[in-house]
Amino acid sequence: MENYDVNKMPKKQFLSAQIDLSKFEKATDEEKQQQDIMGESTTFFKDGMKKLLKNPLAVASMIVLLFVITVIIVAPMIVPYSYEEILTVNGKRDKGAKNLKPFTYSKEEQKFIANGGERFPHIMGTDEQCRDYFIRVVYGTRVSLIVGFFASIIVLIIGMIYGSISGYAGGRVDLFMMRVVDLIYSLPDMLVIILLSVVFTNVLSFKSGSFLAALGTNMVSMFMVFGLLYWVTMARLIRAEILSIKENDYILAAKSVGASPVSIIKKHILPNCLSVIIISTALQIPSAIFTESYLSFVGLGVQAPMPSLGSLANAAREGLQSYPYKLVFPALMICLIVLSLNLIGDGLRDAFDPKLKR
Amino acid sequence: MWKYILKRVLLAILTVLLICIITFFLMNAIPGGPFNKEKALSQATIEALNARYNLDKPVFTQFLLYMKNLLHGDFGVSLKNGREIKDIISDSFPISCRLGLTAVTIALIFGTIFGSLAALMRNKLPDRIIVFLSTLFTAVPSFVLATLLLLVFSIELGWVPVWSATETHYTLPVIALCAYPMAYVTRLAKTSMLDALSQDYIRTAKAKGVKKSLIIFKHALRNSLLPVITYAGPEIAYIITGSMVVETVFTVGGIGSKFVSAISNRDYTMIMATTIFLATLMVVANLICDLLYKVVDPRIKYD
Repeated sequence: MENYDVNKMPKKQFLSAQIDLSKFEKATDEEKQQQDIMGESTTFFKDGMKKLLKNPLAVASMIVLLFVITVIIVAPMIVPYSYEEILTVNGKRDKGAKNLKPFTYSKEEQKFIANGGERFPHIMGTDEQCRDYFIRVVYGTRVSLIVGFFASIIVLIIGMIYGSISGYAGGRVDLFMMRVVDLIYSLPDMLVIILLSVVFTNVLSFKSGSFLAALGTNMVSMFMVFGLLYWVTMARLIRAEILSIKENDYILAAKSVGASPVSIIKKHILPNCLSVIIISTALQIPSAIFTESYLSFVGLGVQAPMPSLGSLANAAREGLQSYPYKLVFPALMICLIVLSLNLIGDGLRDAFDPKLKR
Repeated sequence: MWKYILKRVLLAILTVLLICIITFFLMNAIPGGPFNKEKALSQATIEALNARYNLDKPVFTQFLLYMKNLLHGDFGVSLKNGREIKDIISDSFPISCRLGLTAVTIALIFGTIFGSLAALMRNKLPDRIIVFLSTLFTAVPSFVLATLLLLVFSIELGWVPVWSATETHYTLPVIALCAYPMAYVTRLAKTSMLDALSQDYIRTAKAKGVKKSLIIFKHALRNSLLPVITYAGPEIAYIITGSMVVETVFTVGGIGSKFVSAISNRDYTMIMATTIFLATLMVVANLICDLLYKVVDPRIKYD
């Protein structure tokens, strides 16, 4: 069709359906470009991230969370106090530094400063045992975030493995494995968590100096509890996904060329459940933080003197009238973290859930 | 259908049994007997006490005895104050129950109203306010809210007196308890209302000229309630038992605060009894809701 001329076209026959080319205009280059495929090809992950970054709430939450994480990493390097250190001035215990208001100094410290010494301000005041409160809140936030993060990873790993096996195996294995899940699911989680924590804190003991001892029995028992109870929801979700994915033809193809079940699950099935995994893990973190602070509040959380946001809030209840700021700081911190994590989770769900695509 | 009911009942019984087993053997795994006191008792006394409470028998026999007593409604005696646990429960449970039921009713009713309102006025000011508040309140743990309420309204402003045994003020505990479920129900109701409003039968109803109020109440609301009901079942069970923190903060003498004090006192018989009691209650409530749900939504298949 390249070298044709309107005038050289064969003459139109009578009653012929042949179109009269002279009545048409040639398309300009600009018009031709409109026919090109405009959108770049993206992967599922890239597309999701792009959508996530367009969500102002999620982006703001990420910034807040990043700020909090930076602070809890950097602050202990700058602030010269430690979370269990009782304040001293010139090597002597400073008895006046009890329950100081934010940004104030005790009499001893004021004398010290008047004599030319430098003293780091108590940004959030001090607590009833003369410890710098800011650094305690920082460590409390660390503990809460670590618990939330690792608990979700434990839940993710156990739930993923269990769910994949159950969903892929099907049949009787699936039936039995799901009955176990039903049973654990019907246990009242908070009660069992409290019960397990009571027992674990009494039974567990670790060699001093080991990694587990550094974490403390309460922390370890908390992780065990999460590992024992909270994976069931994740297992159910992943099983349901796998049940629908494994009917696809590409799985059949993989099977027919002799791929092992493990590699099929790893290579073909799990990447396809990615959205479910990402979303539910993201929403698991704030719920784990909630549970941790709740347990700490009841007195089953991390071991003193290590603070957590829940135990700080609990300790602040005594003397609430005189020192309300001691409640406000850790409480605000929990709310801030959980709120931003929730918003990020919602944003992830909107961005990655293919069923929500419009 | 009967097969389904039978299956659910069997699962519930199994769960309760499992809870009893877990609780009993976990509590037995804790080192130190109930008579390990600071003042050492003589060997003969301990042996006599052990024999009196059947603690000299093998663990499994003890378990059977405990189960037998449980079935007769005997929860044993509190290690700390020697009171019958049965009495403690029957004293404190009604308080928790009343508190929890009030809170959950308010949460469900207002949550549904706010959620539907937000869905009907989508992207307008009321919707934005409701969404903002509900997102905020799902991020506030109940103990934080409870303590703040106590601080502001009881201590600073003095509007509501602090809870005492003679004077019971439910206002603040109820607010603290219902905030989270209300926020959650609001979000739930909003999504399901939006979902229901975009269905074809709503368009049909609009097309044939049904009044707007009738469409909302008769068609949309009824269908949007289903997810709320699914949530309500476990939540009712959870809230009448799980108000431990709120009860502790407001010093309400309910079963939740008794449970918390039993934990801090290491009152093992009390912990055991309350766990079994509350867990059984939750399982039964869940069972009832599960069965009722099939009545509410006839489209669900029995499998």
